[in-house]
Amino acid sequence: MSTLSEAASASAQDEPAPGRAWRPPSYWPFVLPALVVVLAIIIFPWLFTIWMSLNEWKVGSPITFVGFSNYLRMPTDPRFIEAVGHTLLYTVLSVLLPLIFGTFAAVVFHARFPFRGVLRAIFIMPMMATPVAIALVWTMMFHPQLGVLNYLLSLFGLPPQLWVFHPATVIPSLVLVETWQWTPLVMLIVLGGIAAIPTEPYESAQIDGAGMWQMFRFITLPLIMPFIFIAAMIRSIDAIKSFDIIFAITQGGPGSASETINLYLYSVAFVYYDLGYGSAIAVIFFALIVAMAALLLYVRKRTLWTEIGSGA
Amino acid sequence: MNNHHISRRAMLAGSAAAGALALTGTPARSEVQWKKYAGTKLEVILAKGPRGDNLQKYIKEFTQLSGIEVESEQIPEQQQRQKVVIELASGKPSFDVIHLSYHVQKRQFEKAGWLADMSGYLKDPNLTPPDLVESDFSSAGLQYARNDKGQMLSLPWSVDYFILYYNKELFARKGVEVPKTLDEMVMAADKLTDPKEGIAGFVGRGLRNANMAMWSNFYLNYGGEFLDGKGNILTDGPEAVEATKLYQHLLTKCAPPGVAGFNWMESMASFTQGRSAMWVDADGWAPPLEDPAASRIVGKVGYTVVPAGPKGQFSSTYGDGIGIAAACPNKEAAYLLCQWVASRKQGERLLQAGGGVPFRNSILNDPEVRQGVKTKEWLQSVVDSAKISKLGLPVVIPVAEFRDIVGAALTATLSGADPATELKKAHEQFRPILERSEKA
Repeated sequence: MSTLSEAASASAQDEPAPGRAWRPPSYWPFVLPALVVVLAIIIFPWLFTIWMSLNEWKVGSPITFVGFSNYLRMPTDPRFIEAVGHTLLYTVLSVLLPLIFGTFAAVVFHARFPFRGVLRAIFIMPMMATPVAIALVWTMMFHPQLGVLNYLLSLFGLPPQLWVFHPATVIPSLVLVETWQWTPLVMLIVLGGIAAIPTEPYESAQIDGAGMWQMFRFITLPLIMPFIFIAAMIRSIDAIKSFDIIFAITQGGPGSASETINLYLYSVAFVYYDLGYGSAIAVIFFALIVAMAALLLYVRKRTLWTEIGSGA
Repeated sequence: MNNHHISRRAMLAGSAAAGALALTGTPARSEVQWKKYAGTKLEVILAKGPRGDNLQKYIKEFTQLSGIEVESEQIPEQQQRQKVVIELASGKPSFDVIHLSYHVQKRQFEKAGWLADMSGYLKDPNLTPPDLVESDFSSAGLQYARNDKGQMLSLPWSVDYFILYYNKELFARKGVEVPKTLDEMVMAADKLTDPKEGIAGFVGRGLRNANMAMWSNFYLNYGGEFLDGKGNILTDGPEAVEATKLYQHLLTKCAPPGVAGFNWMESMASFTQGRSAMWVDADGWAPPLEDPAASRIVGKVGYTVVPAGPKGQFSSTYGDGIGIAAACPNKEAAYLLCQWVASRKQGERLLQAGGGVPFRNSILNDPEVRQGVKTKEWLQSVVDSAKISKLGLPVVIPVAEFRDIVGAALTATLSGADPATELKKAHEQFRPILERSEKA
């Protein structure tokens, strides 16, 4: 912050005095590289995407300006509407489940027990693996005839499942992979929160006769809420734009039962080569992500968790 | 893009030789001038698979023969198709020679004018050996390689026929005969299915898009055609409904659980583990089926043509070609490479390795070449399929959309949806897309 305010005061000194010619502020050569980079890799592609979305832009065919007709196509495109539903379901599930399991795991790993360090290290391993490698391993495990998951079910006398090979179970099965991979991240964030809680509230609660659940519910949980919130935000943004795991395991199938907006947009742009419509979907998708992030920030501002968190 | 420079020495040598020829007045000799472009560099973009392997394995021979340096890159099929299209559309591709999938890209490439015309080169004895003539390619190959004006825009390289693989041991155990018609195939599949043993009578592609390749074989045998005379799509007619009912029956009553998500890979896994008795797919899978390290059914696999339907017997046909980018600055050098790729020697090698079937009849019909093929029954099924070959997908630009939309309808029937309703819906969805693409 200090550099910014210094810069601001420097610019104030550069204000042209009456009667003297205006000179550019002395810091501009330092800003220029960043400005060029931002313009070239963020602003320009963005404006260009919007431009493409206003054209009928099919690879190998001439480009024609069509105004908003690509946007008007979306509400009448059943595959797009389905994709929005799949995206929301997938996102909600793959945010909630890692949050619940991750918080639970953090509480467990906060307690002292033998080999805690080793077990913690093992627990966070899924997070380190490459998504595509994970996806390939899980694809084999999901195989209804040859996969290990159905074998495990059979040990408990449960009937075999179709996992990612049936439209009704495909999204929950994919969420299972996502949960398995990202619970450790939530655990790490929340564990940091728990470690920062002072011990005094617990001592006085014990004196007052509070049980384990009550201490968790009324002391731990409120104090770690800001951390859970941060984890929720990171997970939401990750989950809504998830691509690799879904693409590598199901490619959006069976049929289009696990096709999220991201996968559909990829198909439209790079399999059907319809760059105009693909860009329009990208614009809407981006607006959706921004709206979600804004909502989360708003909720975060409205609560007092921030202060509790910073106090802890 | 690499420098396509011709070294000064090569240039001098070439022009000196040409001058000498002119002086002595020797008539143009009908032999390929392999060294004419020595020193040139070419870039080739390949789809990953046995065809690309076959090229890369022997490319040194071509360089020795011609003095042309070749850089090649193999990329998984789906990504390769995308990369090729995007680079060609940019007008400055990083490659000169392209491995293309006819069944997906033919119309798109022709319409965009991305490929160089080879017709002239093919007739030039300085560039083409006498045994390489258009008439040697099978009719499907020519249909793929020629545009509406009859120009050859690529050389047909390798063809895929759909065949029926079956497990002889499971057939013998249940006393089932090899089916000759689709009806018999259904009966056989019903009889062979044994849920208690975990045996499925039939396995095949259920996955959206991929499933079209197999379904189309049923469709063709029911007398289906993809387009009418005016270029309208026809996949909602009675033939399509009948073919889809057959597809639905086989994949819901006789197939392994989860088949709606199966592509060829999952189907092959089930078949090689001896868990499925029949499998209809492309002809390229003999090597893994007969590989003891990958298969439990080595020596037990039967190969035959896809059974006949009520309106005929066809083998759904797909294929790959090799072409020159229109933007390539060294087209004749690139052509030398293409004709080497489609040469007899390379075709023999491809066939004998079981990695693909050349489009050239002279290779397929040569008894000596046949002698070198390990699995004779497989070869016979391929030779028989070649006689009943028919293109397995409509030749239109939005092939990918077609496969996705109709393919999704097929997958939906596997969860119990009605074939006629789903096909009608898919038809309504696809028709405007086709109209728009053909108009543009």
